[in-house]
Amino acid sequence: MSLLDIKGLGITFGGLRAVNEVSFSVNPGEIVSVIGPNGAGKTTLFNMISGVYLPGAGQVVLNGEDVTGMRPDLLARRGMSRTFQNLQIFQSMTVLENAISGYHLQERGPVLADLLGLPSSRRRSKAAEEGARALLARVGLERAAEREAGNLSYGALKRLEIARALALNPKVLLLDEPAAGCNAVETEEIDHLIAEVAKSGVAILLVEHDMKMVMRISSHIVVLDHGEKIAEGDPATVSRDPAVIAAYLGTEAENADG
Amino acid sequence: MKLTPKTATLLVLAALVAITPFFFPSGYYYRVGALIFVNGLAVTGIVILTGYAGQVSLGHAGFAGIGGYACALAPVHLGLHPALAVVLGAVMSAALAWLVGRPILRLKGYYLGVASLGMGILISMVLNNERWLTRGPDGIDVPDLGLRGVLKDWGLNLSNGEFWYFFSGIVMILGAWAALNLHQSPTGRALRALHGSEIAARTVGVDVSRLKLQAFVISAVYASVSGSLLALQNKFITPDVAGFMHSIEMVTMAVLGGAGSVLGAIFGAGILTLLPQVLTVFAEYEQMVLGLVMMLVMIFLREGLLPSILRKLRGTGE
Repeated sequence: MSLLDIKGLGITFGGLRAVNEVSFSVNPGEIVSVIGPNGAGKTTLFNMISGVYLPGAGQVVLNGEDVTGMRPDLLARRGMSRTFQNLQIFQSMTVLENAISGYHLQERGPVLADLLGLPSSRRRSKAAEEGARALLARVGLERAAEREAGNLSYGALKRLEIARALALNPKVLLLDEPAAGCNAVETEEIDHLIAEVAKSGVAILLVEHDMKMVMRISSHIVVLDHGEKIAEGDPATVSRDPAVIAAYLGTEAENADG
Repeated sequence: MKLTPKTATLLVLAALVAITPFFFPSGYYYRVGALIFVNGLAVTGIVILTGYAGQVSLGHAGFAGIGGYACALAPVHLGLHPALAVVLGAVMSAALAWLVGRPILRLKGYYLGVASLGMGILISMVLNNERWLTRGPDGIDVPDLGLRGVLKDWGLNLSNGEFWYFFSGIVMILGAWAALNLHQSPTGRALRALHGSEIAARTVGVDVSRLKLQAFVISAVYASVSGSLLALQNKFITPDVAGFMHSIEMVTMAVLGGAGSVLGAIFGAGILTLLPQVLTVFAEYEQMVLGLVMMLVMIFLREGLLPSILRKLRGTGE
């Protein structure tokens, strides 16, 4: 049994099979990447695993428990955390507050104590703030802590989202295109960060377009095309797979050797 | 010492309550001031619901109605002291908000707005039609709170206008204090997070429907206490307090002044309470001028009056 088991997952949108019969598993410390041409169903797959969409078929098993279609906040309590392809930052909050909000499950308490500003409430906030500052330092954002998140660069926001997801101290981390829209330097920073997180024993599931990055850091790759899994294996095996090459040549010839 | 936004807001409010009476030309202004504070309290509840959590209610006057009529009815029918009637009204409002909000807040979008609108209309209809209990549209007498008499025995002799001015002011500041505590607390952060991105808030473990419900219940208590204060200081109440126009007024005050900040919303309450008094010079055009002011603010100062002004001031100061 793996930490995260995806078994025959599928979903249909208005008669269109967006994802069909996809199975794979992720173990602690592993980086599993899901790749495929645009529209292959990668983000849809992610949304099913993280409880945003209710799968039409199949199962998501987390740590031996069937969590198929479970609400994202309940998944968070069970150690699953994620980032989003199109950033989902709390724009009007400061960078620090964004990071602190990742500690919600640890810092929450009776609402009455929060209204009255009781010492217990302040203690909870304080502990979360300390954790958040340490996390911001880890992703290189400690100096932007007091700035309004909406004013940060795209690459910085991507790192902030990862920091917020890490605040949950997740067992499984889903990263949806963490390097999209980032320059080479930023990509490399994110690259290091992901490898480091995996090394600490977190199971990482990654969707990424940057093939160089995928080939460099993945321990295992799952290839989707038209919603179906067409190949699976370590980077070397997958990059030689004729079905994979065909899928990429057919749709994105210019990226095939990228 | 660095002044936190919370301390700064409370200091400004305390100074306003304490200092403005020195400039009052007549006793009448204590009444206007008290009215501003009562509205300011209700609007602080709207800040929690709309400014923090991003949910819009079009029926909050209904809770003000419950709070107001609790003070009229509970002392007569249940023999409760008016002060306890305020508490009873708040508990009833909280219970109703919980019952109504529970099914609605699970849904996304404008359901809360529409459902709360229906709830407000329903409460206002009950108050208008159940004459045997509420005496209908003509209104009903409310007993005296009795606190002014107690203060007099202690040697603090205030006129009725002065008493309600300072008492409402203090209750409003307490309300602002709690709302500001909430803002920086774990619950407040979660509310603002779900306002920013519901899906991201869920991903960090926020139970979104539960938190929206908490905000709805808290803001209902604010509206209820505000209705009670209004009834007690007028010693009289009519179903208008629960009316649709009053609900709209609350939301407008908050949005006009700046729903995201307690001080801004209270500022909005002040402006919209004062404007009709000032605009009487326009006679029959009063409502039109009021509408025009609101439209201009929303077009040019979308964050609300106070936040926009502060931003401009900071911009030139740097």
